[in-house]
Amino acid sequence: MISGILALMIAVLTFIALFAHMVLDGAPRLTWDFFTSFPSRRAESAGILSAWVGTTLVMLVTAFSAVPLGVAAGVYLEEYAPKNWLTEIIEINVTNLAGVPSIIYGLLALGMFVYQLGFGQSILAAGLALALLILPVVIVATREAIRSIPVAIREGAYALGATKWQTVSDHLLPYSSAGILTGIIIGLARAIGETAPIITIGALTFIAFLPPSPIESEFPFVSFEWLSAPFTVMPIQMFNWVSRPEEAFQLNAAAAGLVLVVMTLAMNGLAIYLRYRMRKNIKW
Amino acid sequence: MVTEESRKRTAYAGKLGFSMRRRVREKCIEAMLFASAVLSVAIMLAIVVMLVRESIVFFQHVSIWDFLTDTEWTPLFDNAHYGILPLISGTVVSSLIALVVALPLGTIIAIYLSEFAPFAVREIAKPFLELLGGIPTVVYGYFALLFITPLLQSVLPELPGFSLLSAGLVMGIMIIPYVSSMTEDAMRAVPMNLREGSYAMGATRLQTALRVVMPAAFSGIAAAYILGISRAVGETMVVAIAAGMQPNLTWNPMEPAATITAYIVQVSLGDLPHGSIGYQTIFAAGLTLLLLTLVFNIIGHILRKRYREIY
Amino acid sequence: MQTNQEKTMDVMQYKSEVKNLNFYYGQFNALKNINMVLHDKKITALIGPSGCGKSTFLRCFNRMHDLYPGNNYQGEIILHPDDVNILAPNVDPIEVRMRISMVFQKPNPFPKSIYENVAYGLRVRGIKQRAILDERVEEALRNSALWEEVKDRQHDLAFNLSGGQQQRLCIARALATDPEILLFDEPTSALDPIATASIEELITDLKSKVTILIVTHNMQQAARVSDYTAYMYLGELIEFNVTDTIFIKPKNKQTEDYITGRFG
Repeated sequence: MISGILALMIAVLTFIALFAHMVLDGAPRLTWDFFTSFPSRRAESAGILSAWVGTTLVMLVTAFSAVPLGVAAGVYLEEYAPKNWLTEIIEINVTNLAGVPSIIYGLLALGMFVYQLGFGQSILAAGLALALLILPVVIVATREAIRSIPVAIREGAYALGATKWQTVSDHLLPYSSAGILTGIIIGLARAIGETAPIITIGALTFIAFLPPSPIESEFPFVSFEWLSAPFTVMPIQMFNWVSRPEEAFQLNAAAAGLVLVVMTLAMNGLAIYLRYRMRKNIKW
Repeated sequence: MVTEESRKRTAYAGKLGFSMRRRVREKCIEAMLFASAVLSVAIMLAIVVMLVRESIVFFQHVSIWDFLTDTEWTPLFDNAHYGILPLISGTVVSSLIALVVALPLGTIIAIYLSEFAPFAVREIAKPFLELLGGIPTVVYGYFALLFITPLLQSVLPELPGFSLLSAGLVMGIMIIPYVSSMTEDAMRAVPMNLREGSYAMGATRLQTALRVVMPAAFSGIAAAYILGISRAVGETMVVAIAAGMQPNLTWNPMEPAATITAYIVQVSLGDLPHGSIGYQTIFAAGLTLLLLTLVFNIIGHILRKRYREIY
Repeated sequence: MQTNQEKTMDVMQYKSEVKNLNFYYGQFNALKNINMVLHDKKITALIGPSGCGKSTFLRCFNRMHDLYPGNNYQGEIILHPDDVNILAPNVDPIEVRMRISMVFQKPNPFPKSIYENVAYGLRVRGIKQRAILDERVEEALRNSALWEEVKDRQHDLAFNLSGGQQQRLCIARALATDPEILLFDEPTSALDPIATASIEELITDLKSKVTILIVTHNMQQAARVSDYTAYMYLGELIEFNVTDTIFIKPKNKQTEDYITGRFG
C-alpha cells in the first residue's frame, strides 16, 4: 500500500523534475523570436521556425495517409473479415507491427521511400514513415470503437434494408467517430515526438529555409512541391541542440523540448478527455 | 400527389433478385477495405525484405561467424571490424538497468492501482501515467543527459558524461507506464470471486494480491514484462543521447557504450553513400534488432492471448 | 374501397406460406420441418417456451440469419403475391428486408434524431426529396401513435424518448417504408405494463395495413392481439390454428399443457 504510493510518487516526482528542469532552462528562451527564427550558429538568435513548420507539414502527410488506411483496415477486420487463416495472419501481423521498434520503420523508409521509390530525404518520405508507424494505433482504436457498438444497432440497420456498407458508413463509423478520433490523436501525438525514424531517413538538421508554400497566388492555387522538400522537425531540432556541448544550445534544447512536451501533452490530454466524455455520454 | 409518387418509388413488388449495381458497389468497397487491411502484412513483408536484402550484401562481405564473434564494431574505420557483440552488450546492459527500474516499480504501481487504490486516485493516476508514456523519447534523452547524469555524478564522481547507467535509469522510468498499465489489465481480468474466496479465508488484501491475484494473472504479467523488455531493447533516443554512441564491449554500466539502435542513429547522422558497406551495416544491425524484438513480442502476445482465453 | 379489399382477399388469403422449413445453426437443427401460413392483414402469434425456436423462425422471414456465418436454410418461405421463395439463393436478402420489416425485443433507435430514425429506411431506398421524406415520416409517426407527442421535437435525439416511445419510434421506422409484413420479436418484453398496453393497441390497429407476425413469451398477449397462433416446442411447430381455438380447445396435449400453465 505504502510502497504503491511511493512507486507512484517516483513517477510523479520524475515528471515534476523533468518538467521543472526544462522550464527553468527553457522558459527564458521562449520568446516570439524563438518561434519565428531559423536555426543559427549563434544560440541566442536560433529559433524553431523551420522545425515547427516541418513538423506541421510532416504531420499533414502522416494524418492523410494513416487515417484512411487505418480506419479502412479496422472496419474490414471488425465488420467484413471472414474467420479464416488470412484474417488470423492480418490480426497477428497488426499486433506485431505495433511492437516493431520505431527505428526499424526508419530503415524501411530509408530503403523503400528514400531510395527505392526515389522520394529522397523529403517531407513525403518522413510523413509516410510515421504513417506506417502509427497505422496499428489507428487500426486498433477503430476496431475497439466499432466493437463497442451493440449488435442491436447493426441489426436495426440491416432490418431496414441497409447494405453492409450503408450500415458501416451511416451508423458504425459516425457512432464510433469519437473513439476513432481519440486513437488518431494518440497516434499523431506519438508521431510528433518520434525522432529515430526521421534521423534514419537522413533528415538534415540544419535547415535555414522553409519548404515551398502549399498555397499559391496563381492557378491552381495549391502546390505539392513541399512534399519533396528537405525539412527538419521539432524533435530533430531538439536532438541537434542537445548534442551540442555549448550550454547556450542546451537552453535552446530545453525550450524546444518544452514546446514539444506541451504539444504532446495537449494532444494526449485531449484524447483522454474525449474518451472520458465518451464514457459518460454513452447511452447503450 | 406527393404520396402517390413516393408510394411508387417504394413499390418493390416483383423485385427480389439481386441488384447488379448494388452488388458491384458493395464488392468494390469490400475490396478496397480488404486491400487496406492486407497493407499491414505488406508493410511487415517490406520491412523484412528491405532488411534482409541489404543484409545479404553485407554478409557477402562479412562472414556471419565474424559478425557474431568479433569483439569490435568499427565499420567506419580503415581497419574495419564487424562484430555485433559490442552493440549487443550495450543493448543488454542498458535494457537490464531499465528493467530493474521498470518491472518492480511498474508492478507495484499496478498492484496498488488494481487492488488498493481508491477510485479517485485511480481516476487521476491512470491518465497521468498515460500522459507520462506519451512524452517524446528525445525529451527523456535530454532529461537523462542534462539532469540525471549530473545528479548521479554528485553521488558517483567518476561517472562519465555519457553512461549506460543514466540512460538505462531514464529508459526504465519511461517504460513504467507501459508495464504498469498492462500488468494492471492482467490483474483486473482476474475474476472477483477468486479474491472473495481469499478474503473469506481471512486473508488480508496484500496476501490476496500477492498469493491469489498475481499467480492467477501470471501469464498476463509475464506478457507485460516481456513486452517491456522488447520496448527497452528497441528504444533509441535515450541511449543515443545519454549513453554516447561509441561501440564498446563492456558489461559495466558506468561506461559509455552504443546500443544497436544508437549505432543506427550515429551512422544515419553522418553522410553515408547509398550502397556502401557502412550503409549496409545499419540494415544488418536493424535485422538483428528486429529479430530480437520479434521473438519477445511473439512470446509476449502468446502469453497475453492465453490469459485472455482463461478469463 | 370495400369491394377492392374484398377482391384482394379473395385472390390471396395467404401473404406467405412456409413449406418444410428447416434451419441449421452450423450442425444444430434449430427449426424442424415447419409448415405454416401467414394470413394476409392478420396477426399471427408465435408462442412457446424460451429456446423453442420462435425467434429463430421469425428471423428467417427477413433473412437476418444471413448476417452470421454458418447458418443454413432448407425449405421454402413463399411470399405472395410474387410467389417467390424468399429463402432462394438468387433472392437478395436486402430486397427481402425492404419488404419485410422487423421490430426488435429491446427498442434499438439509432443515436440520431427522431426524424432521421424514421427517415432512414427511406433514405436507404434512395429517397432524397425533403417533401416526400417529411410527409412519409409524419405518416409513419401518426400510424405509430407517436406524432402528437413528438411533432414539435422531431429533431431531438431519439434516446431522449421513454422506453415505450422508443419502441413506437422503432415501429414507425419499420412502417415508414410500407412493408408488406411486419415482424415483432417480443416487442414488449423490455417495457412496463402501461407502455406494453399502448404497443399492443398499436399492433392491433396496424392490422388493417400490414400482415403481422409476432413472437411473444406472454400467452395473454398472444390471446389479446392475435388472430392466429402457432405453438412451437424444441424447433417444431406443434399446433397452428385460429387463436380462439388454440386457447379454448387445443387439439394437442402439449399445447394444452403449455397454455394452461401445466408445462414442464
